[in-house]
Amino acid sequence: MQEVILAKAKELLQNSTVNRVLGWKTGEFAYDVTPAVFESAEELDQGFVANDFCGNNLSKYLIKESRKPGKVLVFLKPCDTYSFNQLIKEHRIVRENVYAVGIPCDGKTDGEALKSKGIKGITGITSDGDNFVVETLYGKETVAKKDVLPERCLNCKSKKHVAYDELIGEEGEVLDSHRFDMVAKLEAMTPDERFEFWRGELSRCIRCNACRNVCPACSCEKCVFDNNASGIAQKAAADSFEENMFHIIRAFHVAGRCTDCGECSRVCPQHIPLHLLNRKFIKDIDTFYGDYQAGADTDSRAPLTNFTEGDVEPSIVYEREGN
Amino acid sequence: MQHEVKEFKPKIVAFCCNWCSYAGADLAGTNRLNYPADVKIIRVPCSCRVNPMFILRAFQRGADGVILCGCHPGDCHYTTGNYYTRRRMTLLFSMLDYLGIEKERTRVEWVSAAEGAKFAATMNEFVAAVTKLGENKRLEDLRCKK
Amino acid sequence: MLKLSLAKLNDLFAAVSAGCTLYLPVDDPSSGRANYRKWTEGAELSRALNTVRSAKDFFFPQTENLVDFKMKGKEIEIIDPRSEQEDFVVFGVRACDARSFSILDRVFLTEPADTYYQSRREHGIVVTMACTRPEETCFCQSFGIDPTHPEGDVSCWMDEENLYLSVNTEKGKKFAELAGGLLEEGGEDAVKAQQEDVSALMKKLPLANFSTGKFGGDVLMKAFDSPKWKELSESCLGCGTCTFVCPTCQCYDIRDFDTGNGVTRFRCWDSCMYSDFTLMASGNPRTSQLERFRQRFMHKLVYFPANNDGIYGCVGCGRCLSKCPISMNIVKVAKSLEGEL
Repeated sequence: MQEVILAKAKELLQNSTVNRVLGWKTGEFAYDVTPAVFESAEELDQGFVANDFCGNNLSKYLIKESRKPGKVLVFLKPCDTYSFNQLIKEHRIVRENVYAVGIPCDGKTDGEALKSKGIKGITGITSDGDNFVVETLYGKETVAKKDVLPERCLNCKSKKHVAYDELIGEEGEVLDSHRFDMVAKLEAMTPDERFEFWRGELSRCIRCNACRNVCPACSCEKCVFDNNASGIAQKAAADSFEENMFHIIRAFHVAGRCTDCGECSRVCPQHIPLHLLNRKFIKDIDTFYGDYQAGADTDSRAPLTNFTEGDVEPSIVYEREGN
Repeated sequence: MQHEVKEFKPKIVAFCCNWCSYAGADLAGTNRLNYPADVKIIRVPCSCRVNPMFILRAFQRGADGVILCGCHPGDCHYTTGNYYTRRRMTLLFSMLDYLGIEKERTRVEWVSAAEGAKFAATMNEFVAAVTKLGENKRLEDLRCKK
Repeated sequence: MLKLSLAKLNDLFAAVSAGCTLYLPVDDPSSGRANYRKWTEGAELSRALNTVRSAKDFFFPQTENLVDFKMKGKEIEIIDPRSEQEDFVVFGVRACDARSFSILDRVFLTEPADTYYQSRREHGIVVTMACTRPEETCFCQSFGIDPTHPEGDVSCWMDEENLYLSVNTEKGKKFAELAGGLLEEGGEDAVKAQQEDVSALMKKLPLANFSTGKFGGDVLMKAFDSPKWKELSESCLGCGTCTFVCPTCQCYDIRDFDTGNGVTRFRCWDSCMYSDFTLMASGNPRTSQLERFRQRFMHKLVYFPANNDGIYGCVGCGRCLSKCPISMNIVKVAKSLEGEL
């Protein structure tokens, strides 16, 4: 697939459809790719990569890139196209300055996932069909790709590209995923158990803001938590209240706009399952106001900027079954 | 009992919309209806002015319960404000419940300018519910409790 | 050299924590990653190479109260919130983190010494653990650190059967005393064999030949003006992951928090990657992510050694290599800039 994508990038640069390419660049090891902009075929040959480790959602970079002169080529995985569409809807991306090419995706992993399987000291990785053959300082290991996929890929919501100018490969389908299973499991717990669960997870937060800064829905020019005049600016959570507050407000602010791309959980250095907060909002929105997938289109009204006269009352929270 | 047990009096913050609920609270007052003095009313132009941050902030500063009152759906002074409130608060309260925070600490009630009695009754009931729960421990900022 | 059978490891922890608080790396049950925790019965020493957060937390915590103010009318009462610092033990610190303390010391213990940091340094007993399975992200040897012979008040080595200890300082003796009769003499040969094995392994690491040597000289302006910064910083998200997991990052911010009945003045870690870092009344001297990004690496590779006898602000622990959301890190930066110098 790498060859096809690279050839497409070169072709579009060559025929001047675009003047630069937003893609992924190889790193120091076999797994550490960095989002990068390439301006020539030579640069592409030196570092462009499109493999099983290119998990970064590139759509947020388009906020900046699409405001520069010329046209930028971007490669989008199916889930990235939802973020892309959502950003277009919010007028954050200048659509005509972007040439979007949809690329197929079978799930993307990262070095951390391999390491969590006990594969340490990675010196090289080759792909062998459904397996990775990993060279390490301590010998060769083979691991099935599906065993090192992150949660977001195991519960992939869609293989369909919802926005693109050109597609490489076949058009996929929206999938029937089990992504709300864990949310339902938490809902079935007692409030005390839920409190314990979340305290355990959120207390590891180091307030690095990686979840916020990587999030395509978090595109405010200035975040309220960075604004010293807001009275709630926090650089480090001083206590459990601030950890809670940051994560509740962040999840609430992206509610109805979060496409569930899973970047927040991918980047968290402490592996806090932040997607479970966003999915709770998505699940509630689906239940209360009808199924809604943010980013699936560019014209519908978002659930929180919309209403019907017959909406459920907030008291539903107390009256729901199982509570 | 040897020691005198100090009775727990919850601190309640009530966000009231200017056009209906605040007037309703006024009416409760002029009608000499009783409701606990622990309810502190904050007047807002419309219930949809209330940002989730306000509610969390109230808890941070020591509130044990937060109630939001606005015009009945359909009666909003700004036509549709409270419809948005309704969606926002439904989702926020559901999220607080999801995080294991006692759901009885938050509430939305629609109180019109004519419903002085409802206002007083709602507050009495809410204060009683929060008193039963006791002090807010799950969403507190210890620095503010010193 | 002292030794202890691993079967008695729990007894050692129990004995030490009976005398003072003991912290050690423990695997978090939900994430599977290691972090330092206070030892309590049942806590098991993590076998992970390193913790997510570094050991600097013990001496330079993420947030700490510096002073409280209470207002009574026109009177302001100033309260020092510190209680007397007691001795504590940090067990299982790796060689890289152990070296980071001496880098932090240069910042916080230079006159006028930071008394908050100082008292914790004086009371903290650092028990280090030699590495046996270094990873590809390790490059401590580039800074002259020997992971087979870690610094610290007590140095430890561990194999399948035993823990070996070498007491290096007066504070270390206190640790040995707390351990009491559990420790016996011996183990030199086993340690030596392990050191030889691991040293051989260290030579095979992918970053074994990585060096920051070129940044030592008079390269300030050359490095600062390099055109490379643009492409290096282009995809930086501006998050603080690298700074907050870094054992040597030491920038902080001091803020006031209005508690409603007084003011708490606290300090918290700051990150040069944040947009309000060094924000002052006159504005911000670094307005773009490029400048902020450059500041972080220039500080570690150029400014710090220039003011600290050539010592770099990095210990090669590899945390930023594995944690950066976009996989940009000091190794990539140094390698990329090297050609320009």
